[in-house]
Amino acid sequence: MSTVSQATYDVVRVRKDFPILSRQLAGGDQLVYLDSANTSQKPQSVIDAVSEHYQVHNANVARAMHQLGTESSQAFEEARDKVAAFIGAPSRDEVVFTKNATEALNLVANVLGLAPGDLGVRAGDEVVITAMEHHSNIVPWQLLCQRTGATLRWFDFDDDGRLDLSQLDELVTERTKVVSLTWISNMLGTVNPVSQIARRAHEVGALVVVDASQAVPQLPVDVATLGADFVAFTGHKMAGPTGIGVLWGRRELLAALPPFLGGGEMIETVALEGSTYAAPPARFEAGTPPIAQAVGLGAAIDYLRDLGMAAVAAHEREITAYALARLGEVSGLRVLGPTEAVDRGGAVSFELAGIHPHDVAQVLDSRGVAVRAGHHCAKPAHARLGVQSSTRASFYLYTLPEEVDALIEGLDHTKRYFGGS
Amino acid sequence: MSLDMLYQEIILDHYKHPHHSGLREPYDAQVHHVNPACGDEITLRVHMDGDTVADVSYDAIGCSISQASVSVLGDLVIGKELDEALTVQEEFLTLMHGQGKVQPDEDRLEDAVAFAGVARFPGRVKCALLGWMAWKDATAQAVARTPATATAAMEENS
Repeated sequence: MSTVSQATYDVVRVRKDFPILSRQLAGGDQLVYLDSANTSQKPQSVIDAVSEHYQVHNANVARAMHQLGTESSQAFEEARDKVAAFIGAPSRDEVVFTKNATEALNLVANVLGLAPGDLGVRAGDEVVITAMEHHSNIVPWQLLCQRTGATLRWFDFDDDGRLDLSQLDELVTERTKVVSLTWISNMLGTVNPVSQIARRAHEVGALVVVDASQAVPQLPVDVATLGADFVAFTGHKMAGPTGIGVLWGRRELLAALPPFLGGGEMIETVALEGSTYAAPPARFEAGTPPIAQAVGLGAAIDYLRDLGMAAVAAHEREITAYALARLGEVSGLRVLGPTEAVDRGGAVSFELAGIHPHDVAQVLDSRGVAVRAGHHCAKPAHARLGVQSSTRASFYLYTLPEEVDALIEGLDHTKRYFGGS
Repeated sequence: MSLDMLYQEIILDHYKHPHHSGLREPYDAQVHHVNPACGDEITLRVHMDGDTVADVSYDAIGCSISQASVSVLGDLVIGKELDEALTVQEEFLTLMHGQGKVQPDEDRLEDAVAFAGVARFPGRVKCALLGWMAWKDATAQAVARTPATATAAMEENS
């Protein structure tokens, strides 16, 4: 992707679209929101789209035969079109709405356990993940392996947070049924070489699942060329509402897989003796879906497209490079993950010598600086680096260099507060 | 809300110089508790001498609040009769769930009164309770293996 300079991407103007960013906190502190990898803030257009849906169009989808029902169904399906176009899906029917990325990953893991024939995961098969996964891309596979008797294996990563690809051919073998990995680590910030791993996986006939929760918000995405068979992500980290996630899957795979949850709208016909199921995506969308949330996600995608994902990615790279440079100046601070903004996303976790992340976050919060402290749902990744928890600052399309400066000042203050280190 | 309300000098002192830390022999029960939200961990041992809390020893990884809290716990319960120690524990729990509205009794809670400010920070209450919940659990296990009088104290306070 080409580099877009700050001259064409006006962060100050972008910030005006996000009402929450001008909020003042207790004591009159200006909010410095550095927790976007946790959840992003929402622009006014997304807030308005959700609100307008409830004010003007609200009805259930697909089953209401009145005007509102038609409007609501149209808005919901338009959101699917927007998602499909945004990620380069060859077909809108490949876009399944879920409640979040976690549900999308659980959906895949469950139906692969239930699938008949060659698609199904069985005893003796292997599932390969990485040591840097979010818990939502570990636990569903552990559950699948426990249920089926398959074996879970994983890629290790080095001290810089890069996957050890020397293990590629011995880990991904004829026994491998699924390789599931994160595109961008939510803790380390590492951007993984998905296409390279997918190539090997496909050589041995394994399916590739990608957790793109941190990637879709900040990178241009084209699922048609990525090499993945399934891609999961969530709306709330990409300027959209909570309660809406997406599973993209290759059409022929979705068509061959059995349902996940049973209920309304996922059926073709139901008799008490048995039922037949709808074609994808409806097969995987039992019950009333998150309608207003899908509409809000559609508005978020409009917003991101207007900004341009190349510009968003360039801004993320620049602000991350700036943050890494500034964090490097803080004595006693150790960045966990790549220390250069190369193949790196906008989440930076770190340790501050002698001060627990909870205490770091608490002192920062007292100055209006919002960060995350803890294990960030990535306990194995922390264990690999020999740390129990960390503090994480994460940036998005509205983050200013001045906010990184506020973080650095806050960290200096934290060290003084706890008596230096 | 002032940061100093949370980080009282007493708390920072206990954090920097924790009392009773390290795992010791003998002990009647050992438990391992974690705070799933943040990953803080504690391994805690209880040794009873009849109805007296003879020793509480621990190995903990966590923030200043959780570390200071278990240090204060040791000061308050070691050497006390079990029923008295359990009463102190109840008082500490009440204080921590009081959202800053409970007036602590300094004669009984001693250094633990410094945690009154923590109760105003709902996100940190679990940090302060980690060691105390571990102690209650370990004590219940220890008592289950010892004479009936101690068991009665446990039941009275449960």
